[in-house]
Amino acid sequence: MTENKELICINCPMGCRLNVTIEDGRVTEVTGNTCPRGREYALKEAVDPMRILTSTVKIEGAVHRVLPVISDGEIPLRQMFEAMAEIKKIDVTAPVKEGDIVLHDILGSGVNIIASRTMDRVD
Amino acid sequence: MTKADIVIIGGGITGTMIARALSKYDLRTVLVEKENDIADGATMANSAIVHVGYDPEDGTLKGLLNVRGARLYDTILDEMNCRYLTKGAFIAACGEEEEKHLAVLTERADRRGIPYRILSGDEARKEEPNLSEDVTKVIDFYTTKVIYPWEVALKAAKVAVNNGVQILLGHEVTDIEKMNGKYAVHAGNEIIEASCVINAAGIMADRIASFVEEPWFTMRPRRGEYFVLDKDVHLVDHIIFPVPSEEKGKGVLAVPTVYGNTLIGPNSDYIDDREDNGTSYYGLDYVRKNMAKTLRNVPFNRSIRTFAGIRPASTSSDFIIEESKTSEGFINVASIESPGLASSPAIAEYVTQNFISKHFDLKEKEGYDMTLPKDIVLSDMTEEERNMLIRERPEYGRIVCRCEQISEGEILDALKGPLGATTVKGVKKRCRPGMGRCQGGFCEPLVMEILSRELNRDPLDIELDGKGSYILERSNR
Amino acid sequence: MRHYQAIIIGGGSAGLSAAVTLKDKGIEDILVLEKDREPGGILEQCIHNGFGLQRFKEQLSGPAYAERYIRMAEERNVEIKLNSMVIKLTPDRKVEYVNSEEGDVTVSADCVILAVGCYERSRGAINIYGTRPSGVYTAGQAQKYLNMNGYVVGRKVFILGSGDIGLIMARRMTLEGATVVGVAELMPYSNGLPRNMKQCLEDFNIPLYLSHTVTNIFGKDRLEGIELSEVDDKRNPIKGSEKYFDVDTLLLSVGLIPENHLADEAGIEMDPVTRGPKVDENYMTSIDGIFACGNGLHVHDLVDFVSLQAERAAEGAARYLSEGKSVAGVITLRNGSNVSYTVPKYIHKDAVINTEVFFRASRPMEKASLTVSCGDRLIRKLARRKVMPSEMDRVMIAAKDLKDLDGDIVISMEENA
Repeated sequence: MTENKELICINCPMGCRLNVTIEDGRVTEVTGNTCPRGREYALKEAVDPMRILTSTVKIEGAVHRVLPVISDGEIPLRQMFEAMAEIKKIDVTAPVKEGDIVLHDILGSGVNIIASRTMDRVD
Repeated sequence: MTKADIVIIGGGITGTMIARALSKYDLRTVLVEKENDIADGATMANSAIVHVGYDPEDGTLKGLLNVRGARLYDTILDEMNCRYLTKGAFIAACGEEEEKHLAVLTERADRRGIPYRILSGDEARKEEPNLSEDVTKVIDFYTTKVIYPWEVALKAAKVAVNNGVQILLGHEVTDIEKMNGKYAVHAGNEIIEASCVINAAGIMADRIASFVEEPWFTMRPRRGEYFVLDKDVHLVDHIIFPVPSEEKGKGVLAVPTVYGNTLIGPNSDYIDDREDNGTSYYGLDYVRKNMAKTLRNVPFNRSIRTFAGIRPASTSSDFIIEESKTSEGFINVASIESPGLASSPAIAEYVTQNFISKHFDLKEKEGYDMTLPKDIVLSDMTEEERNMLIRERPEYGRIVCRCEQISEGEILDALKGPLGATTVKGVKKRCRPGMGRCQGGFCEPLVMEILSRELNRDPLDIELDGKGSYILERSNR
Repeated sequence: MRHYQAIIIGGGSAGLSAAVTLKDKGIEDILVLEKDREPGGILEQCIHNGFGLQRFKEQLSGPAYAERYIRMAEERNVEIKLNSMVIKLTPDRKVEYVNSEEGDVTVSADCVILAVGCYERSRGAINIYGTRPSGVYTAGQAQKYLNMNGYVVGRKVFILGSGDIGLIMARRMTLEGATVVGVAELMPYSNGLPRNMKQCLEDFNIPLYLSHTVTNIFGKDRLEGIELSEVDDKRNPIKGSEKYFDVDTLLLSVGLIPENHLADEAGIEMDPVTRGPKVDENYMTSIDGIFACGNGLHVHDLVDFVSLQAERAAEGAARYLSEGKSVAGVITLRNGSNVSYTVPKYIHKDAVINTEVFFRASRPMEKASLTVSCGDRLIRKLARRKVMPSEMDRVMIAAKDLKDLDGDIVISMEENA
């Protein structure tokens, strides 16, 4: 089965319009890119888009009720909601430093969820 | 069953002023209000003017009580330490026909002892440069005041409570039974027995009356919509009125408010749904077009908010203040549309002297107090006053509302006592966070935090205003 | 009265950056006044990433970007007073602030930098007709409730405004389990970055209604629904095009306005287009020794430019402290065709630095020429692609190009075929 997808490359402000041909789940052709990064982007994005996930987790003993967190790598878009469900289970206690891992290897992806900022303990 | 002497139904300016007047006497009075707070109806959404009384026709209750009420305000506002400004009112006539009508107003003013001055169009434009070029003559009713109507109602209610009146908020009247010459008022989950019932239920007055009789009047609600212009817009120094007319009533006005904003409005539209206080394209467009007749350069793009109020008007053209012929002790105080706000102290006096006195011995209570101390308002204080205050009470040093410079201490004050705020709007009514240019964008989360902490309630249970007006849906933790 | 070399009003991205630069320039006696309980400003609630690509060559979340500057400020012993609200600024550079420990204090400085940020345009200001129930929020308000307090504001959401804040919240609310029924945009083009269009709307199949606006709000106590109408080319609602959406939440992302009341009350000359102060190439306002930068000067899209601008403003302030103000005449910068504003507004004829001018196009253009000219003289001409009003642009005007200029410098854009 052959499919044609149009994507806008987001790697730089050029925003090239990419045309991607997909056959049996594999990319066979990419046109419209003006640099190799565009092609690389299309290869991934057309078939299994990946995203950085940012959210918040429960934290005790800090100035706010929640701590902002970020994935330290991209995870598949199709697993976003599953990943959010995992993140919901996390409960952290202050103090936390920026970069501390709050969840290792989310959904077996090799990606960790880390603290986006430092939150000191307040009593 | 609670036993009382008098039940007042309705916690707007009318009901609260009556409660205050009656609180002076040795009577058990209960006021019931269906909404979560005092002044949730027309009292919250009007032009905020204490009209001096030139407008109503001779021989009407409106005429009698407006003039008397405006005078009583002189004492009452200071007694209760309410905020007001004497801005004066310009009635602006364009052309000969309208000037003739001004003569009717000045003639009434002469007879009623209301002071004024007459200005030519040019003279008026010297004082008000934004007046339209078409204005040829102006009467200046220079004693006209602007107030904060809900502040007056809240304070009247506070005086009443201080003097022993019981106020039940969130208690809607669902039935009134006549039993043995008394009334059993079903309000919320209470039943209150009383010999006198005062129906001050605003837009619902006909429904309340229908519990005991076939009322001869029906409500005919008319909605009025307004723009609120930002504080830094200095459009007018006086209240600007067009010449009043039969069809248009008082017309579209420009009102400089107590806190420095400008109100532009209202229109006057009959509405079917008596509770629909939404604004409309047609209503606000009418305001825009009609204001232009008297004022130019109105910067509608500096509007920070629009709102609408519903006049509790009825099939009667005058106030309805009378004891029911069929139900003794049931006193209707209905159809209190403009000049209801200005008349309210006189309405309270009239009701007390003409009806309540016939049922009860008006013996003054021991130690009653009709006054209230001044509110602490940080933005009114000098640097030294603030420092003394913050040293003693550091919560006044934490400013929560940036636009209006309102401190946490003032918000805590608004939560105190039996009439303390329980909603975000209630806090706004009492000490104003959210009235500024950002309209609560910055301070609402902080006000929620304070309400939740002080009332010991989950933030999820805090309401904006009416029952069910929750602000937060769920916690995501 | 305690006197400082410099007082910075605001401890968000602009204020922190300015403080760091002042210290690096040897201006030691400085004070930062911040109204919130922690520094960092609006970045603390912007938990998404995309910040810092220009400044740090990394993609950071908002809080992480803020933390970089907070550390830099700490390392330089910058004094920051928290929970301190500035209530007045006078033309003679006295600053009055209030906090719980000190009460009402007035301090003075040789120079003041306004880094006050901005506020969101409210429902009232754009006058959406209808009732006034709970359930209507600005996007930033909902963002604060969610990302800092941990509360979701509603279940079924409609968003008005396709700027980045609206798009970001569309994604955020969806990930948190709310249903985002649609995003509407008044203009016929989106105001957000293409990346956000993809990652916030397309990823979640959220429909975008261009040339539409919310024309009515329904609900007595809590929002029950909204009416959406198409608009014509004059942005007026088209009768008969109304659609009803059953939602309990409306988020408004309809514009940001600089927090301008302190500057206004001090008598500083304001630019009616940016709604912030008019400044020169040193970021000094019309009052000697008072500077402005960041969102409080004009609304930015990238925090990287805020930091950069704040550095320039601090450099300008440092120059002012050591050399005083320039007595040379000023050249006025004007926005020409297809440009809505320029910041700064003035450049002194004797400027020694090259001036980076920030500006915005007034309409989208696929290919355009940017020209910087003075009368007949062409100073610079550059090509531009994919020009969007929502993406602020910059152009450099070299100091040497100011020589012998007679008249205003005009920055304009022309669309190319």
